Amino acid sequence: MVFLLLIFILIIATFLGRELISRVPSQLHTPLMSATNAISGITVLGALVVCATSTDDPLVLGLSFAAIVLATINTVGGYAVTDRMLGMFKKKEGKKQ
Amino acid sequence: MIQDLNLSDINNLAYMVASVCTILGIKMLGKADTARRGMLISAAGTVVAVIAVFFDGRVLDSWDATNVLRNGFFWSFLAIFIGSIIGLTWAKKVKMTGMPELVALFNGFGGLASALVAFSSFYLLYTADGGYVYDLVHDISTSLAIFIGTITFTGSMLAWGKLSEKITGRAIVFKGQTIINAILLIAALIAMVIYVVPAFDAQTTFIAVITLASIAFVFGITFVLPIGGGDMPVVISLLNSLTGIAVAMAGFIIENTMLIVTGALVGASGVILTLIMCKAMNRSLGNLLFSGFGATDTASSKGPGAEPKSISVEDAYLILEAAQSVVFIPGYGMAVAQAQHVVRELAERLEENGAEVSHCVHPVAGRMPGHMNVLLAEADIPYEQLKTMDEMNPTMPMQDVAIVIGANDVVNPAAETDESSPIYGMPIIKAYEARTVFVLKRGKGRGFSGIENELFGMPNTLMIYGDAKSTISSLAGEFTAE
Repeated sequence: MVFLLLIFILIIATFLGRELISRVPSQLHTPLMSATNAISGITVLGALVVCATSTDDPLVLGLSFAAIVLATINTVGGYAVTDRMLGMFKKKEGKKQ
Repeated sequence: MIQDLNLSDINNLAYMVASVCTILGIKMLGKADTARRGMLISAAGTVVAVIAVFFDGRVLDSWDATNVLRNGFFWSFLAIFIGSIIGLTWAKKVKMTGMPELVALFNGFGGLASALVAFSSFYLLYTADGGYVYDLVHDISTSLAIFIGTITFTGSMLAWGKLSEKITGRAIVFKGQTIINAILLIAALIAMVIYVVPAFDAQTTFIAVITLASIAFVFGITFVLPIGGGDMPVVISLLNSLTGIAVAMAGFIIENTMLIVTGALVGASGVILTLIMCKAMNRSLGNLLFSGFGATDTASSKGPGAEPKSISVEDAYLILEAAQSVVFIPGYGMAVAQAQHVVRELAERLEENGAEVSHCVHPVAGRMPGHMNVLLAEADIPYEQLKTMDEMNPTMPMQDVAIVIGANDVVNPAAETDESSPIYGMPIIKAYEARTVFVLKRGKGRGFSGIENELFGMPNTLMIYGDAKSTISSLAGEFTAE
């Protein structure tokens, strides 16, 4: 059954997330949050599927269009600002260059 | 075997690669050296997944060469274009002190997007030609995605308003808050049951879904309203986690493994950060969720301790000049005053003088987890000097001087010794163990929480009164005057 398989994936991924995230040092927690934020914009995939299948219905088209815009802001903006932040964390040697 | 591969297999393969990229990206975020590259890999994964979704059968079918307005590709590209421009502009413009607002805003958008996906998918079923068909798994995930996604949206918007000071950042508490929240949750549960149980007709189901979304809309507000000021890091972490759960639910709706995997990762991340914040603030998650927090008792349990001794900048310089090791303990007030640049300057002077310098930040300092570290990094303070509380505390007795700037409760020894203190049990930076402690403070008043700080009266503590920024720059000035 597809459903059970998906639940299985959800559980495994949750455990994996727990392991990975607890290894991120607290100095990097803000970039971590903005990164996971950007990652959650992946919901754009859902919005794209709905948008494509609903061009006949103006309401759904409008809603899914808005969803794509919002999720893209989340993803693109999130990755961009994470990169900007991580660029600031420099080692001493590289600082003077 | 290979000829058996069809389009949807290739699609799933792409999602698998994209998921691995995301996982790898988070793994590489575990080290400062690899973090930036990791995020690039993760972003590349997202691009792969987005390209792959255009080869999804459902999307491919929407290609309409005759009418651009009926072509799903046209609308999708347009929306992605608009979103990218807005996202890039905001990411570029934001000041580092404004990071929490931006994260809250983005988070709210993500939540709303998931809710919209869920609602649209429900509406398509509702208006489908063959009549409304019940599907338990689909219905449960849809109701959860709508509910959680909408809460995340209004909650994050309110958090954004509070953080950017568009509305008062203080806790707004009104009578019967808990009861109202409880009623809202019960009503939401009833609406959800009506939607999920196939005993009702399509019309009733539709009303139930709209009701559910409306309740979530209100609940997001009533849930964040009583939370204020210094408690914001917990809220942001929690909302972050909720977005992840909403994404995973959206994944169940469209049966997409990538959404489930990433949603779970984000959800787990938010929960872990929430728990870390709770622990650092000395609050349990239950206490946090169900009692209007941010409005703690501020009654001081003890009378005033010993009278604090103060010291002049010149005398402080003499002590610093002889110091072999110095640790800065900055609070958020230091960053608001933009004093981190003069702190870096003083740190550089100390290093030239042969001292070993580190900066130690308490987990709850700042407006979101790790916020202070970003602000210090922005001021060019090297990464290896940024120490966590757990790294720093064991070496504290070896530190010649600890300089506390704009921090108060997080260095208060009452958290370890005074059982009647409201902060008892909270982990603190053990500044009092350093040989000499300088506390930079504007005046003799109490700090943010109003709790008497025993550290100030300790024999090894010396107060330097005045504006922190000018105090530090005159200390740095003393070094160059030599």
